[in-house]
Amino acid sequence: MPSLTQLANPTRFLDFSGKLIPWFAAAAAIVLAVGLYYGLFASPPDYQQGDTVRIMYIHVPAAMLAMGCYTLMAASALGTLVWRHPLADVAARSAAPIGAAFTLLGLITGSVWGKPMWGAWWVWDARLTSFLVLFIMYLGLIALWRAFDDPARASRIVAVLILVGFVNIPIIKFSVDWWNTLHQSESIFRMGGPTIDPSMLRPLFLMLGGFGLLFATLLMGAMRAEIYRRRVRTAQLVAARPRASVAAATPVSAAASPASAS
Amino acid sequence: MSALLAIIGQTLRLGLRAGGGAVVGLVFFLAVVTVIPFGVGPDLKLLARIGPAILWIGALLASLLGLDRLFGADREDGSLDLFIISGQPMMLVVIGRAIGHWLATGLPLVIAAPVLGLLLNVEPVGLAAVTLTLLVGSPALTLIGTVGAALTAGLARGGMLIAVLIIPLTIPVLIFGISATAGAISDPAPFLPPFLILCACTLAALVLAPIAAAAALKLSVE
Repeated sequence: MPSLTQLANPTRFLDFSGKLIPWFAAAAAIVLAVGLYYGLFASPPDYQQGDTVRIMYIHVPAAMLAMGCYTLMAASALGTLVWRHPLADVAARSAAPIGAAFTLLGLITGSVWGKPMWGAWWVWDARLTSFLVLFIMYLGLIALWRAFDDPARASRIVAVLILVGFVNIPIIKFSVDWWNTLHQSESIFRMGGPTIDPSMLRPLFLMLGGFGLLFATLLMGAMRAEIYRRRVRTAQLVAARPRASVAAATPVSAAASPASAS
Repeated sequence: MSALLAIIGQTLRLGLRAGGGAVVGLVFFLAVVTVIPFGVGPDLKLLARIGPAILWIGALLASLLGLDRLFGADREDGSLDLFIISGQPMMLVVIGRAIGHWLATGLPLVIAAPVLGLLLNVEPVGLAAVTLTLLVGSPALTLIGTVGAALTAGLARGGMLIAVLIIPLTIPVLIFGISATAGAISDPAPFLPPFLILCACTLAALVLAPIAAAAALKLSVE
C-alpha cells in the first residue's frame, strides 16, 4: 500500500489505481446488487409510507455521498494550497462532477418521494433548499475550473473557492433552517441509537457501502482520465511551439504543470 | 493607514467617474423595481407585502454589477503587481477596495431604497426597516462580492461567473435581512434576533472575505 507522498507521482498513481479499479468496481456491483435485492424485495414496506419508503435506499446514500464528496474536495483543496500535492488538485477536479451528480440524484429521488408524501414535486423546505444551494455551488466550481485555460493556475484559485464554500455551507444550512423546516429530522445517526427498524437498516447500510465503493471507482477512473487529459494538453502545447524554442521551453512547461512531470 | 485611505479614495473616484458603474448600478436597481410590478400585476396590497423582498433582491443584483472591474483592471494594467511589491498586506488592499466600492455603489442603493419603496407602496415602518437592514447588510454583499471579483480577476470575461459563484454565498445575508424587515413590519415575528445575526454576518464577512480574496489575488498573479 503506497503512501500519500508516493502517490504524488502520477505514473505510480496510474499503476496503483489501474490495479484497484476492477476490484472496486466488482465489489460495488456485488454490494449494490445485494443491497438493492434487500431494499426492493426482502425488506418490509413502511406502515405509513408503504412501498415509497424504498426510495430511501437510493436517496440517503446519494445525499450522504454528495456531502462527503464536498468534504473530500475541501481536504484536497487544503492539499493543493498547503502541500501543493499534485494529485490533490486532480482529485478535487475529478470529484466535482461526481458530487454534482450525486447531489442531483438526491434531489430527484427526494422529489419523486415528495410527490406522493407531501403532494408536490418540490417544497421549499430547509433541507431541500440547502441541497439545491449545494448543487448550485458544485456547478459554480465546475464553471470556474472550465473558465481557466491553464489547469495548474485554475487549481489553486478554485481551491480557495472550495474552502470558502466549505466555511459557508454550515452557515447557509443554519440560515435556511431558520428560514423554514419541514423535512424529517435525523433518524439514523443520532443520540440514543437509530429509530429505523433493523430490517430497513440492513439494506440501507448495504446501499451506503455500495455507493461508497461506486464513488471510489468513479473517482479513480475520473482522476486517471484527468491525468491523461493533462498529459495530452502538455504534449499538444509542446508540439505547437516553433521548432527552435522547444529545447529551451520544455523544462519550464514541465515545471508549470505538475501532472506532466512524471 | 494612509495607504488604506489612498486605496479607498482611488476606488471611490474610479467608481463615481463616468463609466465607473456607480450610477449604472442605481439605474439597474430602479429598472429591477420597475419590471417586477409588470410580472406580478399592479395590485398595491400584494406589492406592499412583497416590496421589502423586491428591494433586497434588487439591491443584491445591483451590487453584483460592477464587481468584475474591481480587480480585473488592476491585474491588466499591472497595479496588482505593484500592490504586491509595495509590501502592504494584500488584505489591506482588499479592504480598501471593498470600502471604496461600497461607498460608490452600495451606499447609493441604501439611500435609494426608501424612495423606490414608495413606488411599491411599502409602509413607513417597512421603509425604515429596509433602509436599516440594507445599511447593515449591503457591506456584507460587497465583501462577499470581492471574493468573487478576486477569484475571477485573471479571467477576461468573469462577469457572469461572479454572479453564479456569489449568489449562493449571499443567501444567509438575504434571509436575515428580509427576516428582520418582516419582523419590523408584522408583530409576531421578532426583529432583533435576525437583525443581530445580520450584523454578525457583516462582521464575519469583514474578517473572512479579505483573507480569501487576498489569497485568490496573490494566486492569480503567480
